[in-house]
Amino acid sequence: MSSRETILNSIKKNRPSSTIELPNTDISHVKYRDRDKKFATTLKSVGGDAVWLEDKSVDEFVAENYRDLDVIVSTYLEFNGSTKDANELETPHLLEDVDLAVIKGEFAVAENGAVWIKNPKNRHRALYFLATRLLIVVDKNSIVDSMHEAYKLIDFSRAGYGTFISGPSKTADIEQALVIGAHGAVEVCVLFV
Amino acid sequence: MGHPKKASKFVANSERMHWHDKALWFVRERRDLATHQLDEWEELRRVASEIKTHTMDRLDYYLEEFEKNATQKGLHIHWARDAKEHNEIVLNLLLTHGAKRVVKSKSMLTEECGLNPFLEKNGIEIVDTDLGERIVQLRKEAPSHIVLPAIHLKKEEVGKTFEEFLNTQKDNCDPTYLTREARKHLREKFLTADASITGVNFAIAQTGGVVVCTNEGNADLGASLPKLHIASMGIEKVIPRLEELSVFTRLLARSATGQPITTYTSHFHAPIEGGELHIVIVDNGRSDTLSNSDFKESLNCIRCGACLNTCPVYRRSGGHSYGYTIPGPIGSTLGASRDLQANRTLPFACTLCASCSNVCPSKIKLHNQLYRHRQNVVKAGLLGAKKRAILKVSSWVMKHPLLLDFVGLVVRKVVPILPRGIVYSKANIWGRGREVPKFPKKSFKELYKERKK
Repeated sequence: MSSRETILNSIKKNRPSSTIELPNTDISHVKYRDRDKKFATTLKSVGGDAVWLEDKSVDEFVAENYRDLDVIVSTYLEFNGSTKDANELETPHLLEDVDLAVIKGEFAVAENGAVWIKNPKNRHRALYFLATRLLIVVDKNSIVDSMHEAYKLIDFSRAGYGTFISGPSKTADIEQALVIGAHGAVEVCVLFV
Repeated sequence: MGHPKKASKFVANSERMHWHDKALWFVRERRDLATHQLDEWEELRRVASEIKTHTMDRLDYYLEEFEKNATQKGLHIHWARDAKEHNEIVLNLLLTHGAKRVVKSKSMLTEECGLNPFLEKNGIEIVDTDLGERIVQLRKEAPSHIVLPAIHLKKEEVGKTFEEFLNTQKDNCDPTYLTREARKHLREKFLTADASITGVNFAIAQTGGVVVCTNEGNADLGASLPKLHIASMGIEKVIPRLEELSVFTRLLARSATGQPITTYTSHFHAPIEGGELHIVIVDNGRSDTLSNSDFKESLNCIRCGACLNTCPVYRRSGGHSYGYTIPGPIGSTLGASRDLQANRTLPFACTLCASCSNVCPSKIKLHNQLYRHRQNVVKAGLLGAKKRAILKVSSWVMKHPLLLDFVGLVVRKVVPILPRGIVYSKANIWGRGREVPKFPKKSFKELYKERKK
């Protein structure tokens, strides 16, 4: 008998014959009067920044706020300041030198400062973790209260990769001292347009 | 050597014990702050518990669904009955892909299977990439906590370790400096790795993908560079649908560290371009636990570590005292279920205060399980001779009310006038580190009778 069969048979033999119903996950949950503010304060508390772009283009914002960076790449189509095209690189390892990645976020979650990133057009997902700084561009009307709404917007009927990113990478593994910038981005800014 | 012996070494350094206690209580307090911000916290726990219970009761169905849907998406599924088979599958995959250098992110399952020493013996370089795990790996220690692997170490010790292995500045133990140095050291490992191994926080039956949660980004980065990604999961990691993640992602990080969510929550439903994603589903004794209604609930664990942080015994005895892969309340029950003989002291590393059960996000009644394990230890004749004798005498006395009254009377009169040297003699193991309370003049029975008059 294969290991697969052995394991499944052992489960069938050992599990109870009856069970409870799968509960409804859409429970009544927290709603924020000001989702923008909640998102911004939560993101701040985990080391990131949120900015609402008023009368400027993303190009102008980057030019003003990220000076003297050598390598900038982007998955956000309306941005024109890339110094190289990540999708043309044959291997993700070549993204190691990226100082700033301007990437597209699908929506933001107020309760935890996270942004959902899923972009089948981005060839190398390593970009999200190799870049020293992340600028995540999100539609200003796409902020939800909680993860309950968030998962209604997520679809994996097809193969792919997606991730929630909530602020810069961090660790507290040395004496519980919080250090921003572990293996991923050292700076994360969410830009609402 | 059981828990009491190992713990006595840990508590011998009282300053360090209190430091460890405080560090973990700080995490527990952060958890409380985070959970109190949500009115629906208890409702979330209830739903989580029901999802897990339902899934475990239908585990064969959900695992087959997961396999079917993952295969459809081009992922490769492997099944391993035990640790040995798991390690062989992983080694085989590495060898057939010509992988010599492997980066690994946190996975208690691979610890349980002893994967690192096995791969090293077979000529594979395996590097733990979680900062805490890298620290303990360099020191040739086991993680002492499932979320905070190096919580038992002071920054000076980490500094010394890094001096030795990473050539950092002498006596510089600034956490930011050390973390930056580790980042540089591990970046190089990531960029030159031939394969990555990660754990799995959740496997989704409906969509056939796996979710990994980290703060450092190590699993995410590791799985995005080399062509081969192997994810190891216990059979109990499967959940039915994506929407259940709304509940678990809200519970996990808040329970673990008080964060609203981990920095990264990666959903893998495909390998990287030109790569392969292999998932190894491991039983290693788990399916046996399903048949035991007393302990089945322990499979509902999502490995947040909240029960460790709150446990008065864990906080004061440290993770290494347990001698099982997973320390603390959840480890004590899992360990005792796995091998009662080897882990017979663990159910007693507990005050039955029930704090673990109160903080558990999936509402496992951990203290009840430990209480039942104790009974099994006694039934199996695994209790130490001294404890066995004490229990025998006490139960005999308690079965004889007149004798009990008499013994009580004598003790109340005699103990207070005995010299300290006798009351706290070597025979009184209870009195080690404990003070006998002041005896009342009358017994409860006498007081009760007086009241009734």
